[in-house]
Amino acid sequence: MQAAKPVSVKDKPDSWTLRVRQAIDRQLPMDHLLPHRQPYYVGSWVYVFGVVTIAALVWVVVSGVVLAFMGPQWWHDSGVGRFFNSLHFWSVQLFFIFMVLHLWGQYFMAGWRHGRAATWAIGVVIFGVSILTAFTGYLSQQNFDSQFIAVNAKDAMNAAGVGAFFNVLNFGQMYGLHIMLLPIGVTILVVWHIVVVRARGVVKPIDPEGAAPR
Amino acid sequence: MKSMGETQEEYYRGVRMVPYDLVKELVIALVGVGVLALAVSAILSSPDVPPVTIAAWAQSDPVDFVTTANGELAGSTTSAGYGNPYDTNSDGQAWGPIAPQKWFGTRIPIDSADMFVIQPLQRAAVGDADLDAALKTWQSATSDQQGKWTDAYGKALATATVTGGNVVVANGDYGPLPVMMSGLLGVAQAGGLDGLLQINGRFYQTDYTPALLFMGDGGYLSAQAEHWNLLGDQWGMMNETGRYPGQTWLWLYTMWYQVPPFTSDTGFLGLNASNADLGIIILMTLLTAALALVPFIPILRDIPRWVPIHRLIWRDYYAPRRKVL
Repeated sequence: MQAAKPVSVKDKPDSWTLRVRQAIDRQLPMDHLLPHRQPYYVGSWVYVFGVVTIAALVWVVVSGVVLAFMGPQWWHDSGVGRFFNSLHFWSVQLFFIFMVLHLWGQYFMAGWRHGRAATWAIGVVIFGVSILTAFTGYLSQQNFDSQFIAVNAKDAMNAAGVGAFFNVLNFGQMYGLHIMLLPIGVTILVVWHIVVVRARGVVKPIDPEGAAPR
Repeated sequence: MKSMGETQEEYYRGVRMVPYDLVKELVIALVGVGVLALAVSAILSSPDVPPVTIAAWAQSDPVDFVTTANGELAGSTTSAGYGNPYDTNSDGQAWGPIAPQKWFGTRIPIDSADMFVIQPLQRAAVGDADLDAALKTWQSATSDQQGKWTDAYGKALATATVTGGNVVVANGDYGPLPVMMSGLLGVAQAGGLDGLLQINGRFYQTDYTPALLFMGDGGYLSAQAEHWNLLGDQWGMMNETGRYPGQTWLWLYTMWYQVPPFTSDTGFLGLNASNADLGIIILMTLLTAALALVPFIPILRDIPRWVPIHRLIWRDYYAPRRKVL
C-alpha cells in the first residue's frame, strides 16, 4: 500500500478535499491504476479479451460520434456516411463478440474470487446496458429492420409495463437514448469496472498457492 | 476467501511479478481492432433495406390496406383492441396478479379508428364533396349501423379484386364505406397518408407510433418481415435483413419464444402463448439477476473448479509445478 502523503500542520484536518484525495491515494494509487508489472500468470491470451473489448468500444464511440454529428440522412444517402454506418455496425458486432469471450473467460477463471464479486456484477450490468444500447441503435437505423423490430418488440415492452415510458415506436426517444444517455451509462460502468479491477488487481489462479495441481 | 481489507501487496506476496506494458497493449488493441473493423466495413458494408411506406403498402396490396382500414373502423385490429398503454379495450397480458401492462394506464392514447382513418379522411375531404358527404353519413350513423356496414364490407373484401389500383367488391349495403375507403386508398397510394399519420399539431415530429401501429395491423409489413426471416417464430429479434448478423446476443431471449410453455395454448403454471411476452421478460430478468449473482450461487460458482478450462488458461502457472513434482 502506498503511504498517504504527509499532512501539513497548516492543513485543516476536516478538509473534505484532503479526505477525498487521501481515500483515492489509499484505494487507487497510480502504481495500481497503471502498473508496469503483473503476476507472471497474466501472460495468458484470455486476458486479451478484456482489452480488445475496450478497444472495440472506442471504435463504436468514435464512429457513433461521427454519425451523430452528420445526422440520420447522411448514413443512407452518402457513400462516406454508409461507410461510417458500416464501421459502427461492425465495431458493435466485434464489441459483443469480445465481451462475450471476456465473460466466458472470466467465468471459467472464476474471476469473482477473493473479494471480486462486485467486479463480476458490474460486468454483467455492462452486458445488460450494452444490449439495451444496441437495441436502441437497431431501432434508430431508420430502415426496414428498425421498422419491424419496433413493431415486433413493442408487445414485450408493453407487456412488461415498460412500454408506457420506453416507446420503441418513438424514433426521437430511441435515438436520444441511443446517442446520449445509454452510451454515457456504458462508458461510466466500463470505467468503474476497470477501476475496481485495477484497485484489487487480477485474481490468482483457481488452485491455492502450494496446492498440488491435479 | 481473502479478506476484503487485504491490500494488493499483501495479496500478491510471494507471487513472481514480471514486466507488463498495459498502455502498449491497449494501443496495439486499438490499432488491431480498428484495422479489423475498417477492413470488414470496407469489404462487407452493412444492411440498409429501405423502410416500407404506407404508399408502397397501398400500391402493392390495396385489398390488405382497405381490409386493415375497415378493421380499424370495426374495432377488430390488433391496435383497436390492444389495451394499455394505447387504450383500455383489453386487459393486456398478465400472469396471475402480475399485470404491469395495466399498472401505468393509458400513457400513449391511440384511438385507431379516429387516428388512422377518420382524421386523415377529414383532411383529405377538403374540396371533395362526395368524400365529405360520406364521412358525415358515417359519423351520423349509429354504432349498430356502422357495425353492420363494416361487417358486410369486411366479408365482401375477402373476395375483392383490384382494377386499376382500386378495390372492387360485390354489390351490397356498405353505406358510405366504399367512398371512404376509396378516398383513403387514393390518398395513401399518392403518399399522403404517410404524412397525415404524422401530423401532431406541430411542424416537427419524430414519433412514428401511429404510422407503425397502423402498418403493423396489416399483413404487408409482416409479409416483408417473413421474407427477411424477422418474424418472432423465425428467431426474428436476433436476425437482420440480408446475410448480416443481427442482435445475436439476444439468442437466449429469442429462444424462449420457440419452446413450450411459451408456444403452447394450455401452457404451464399459467404461462402460455397468450402471455409469452410477459413470462419471457420475467424469466430473462431472473436469469440476468442470477448471472450477476453467480459468485453467491452454489454449483454455478463451483463449475469453473470442476471444469479444467482454467488449466488451459493458466497453463504456465501449472506447468512448472508438474516439472517439480
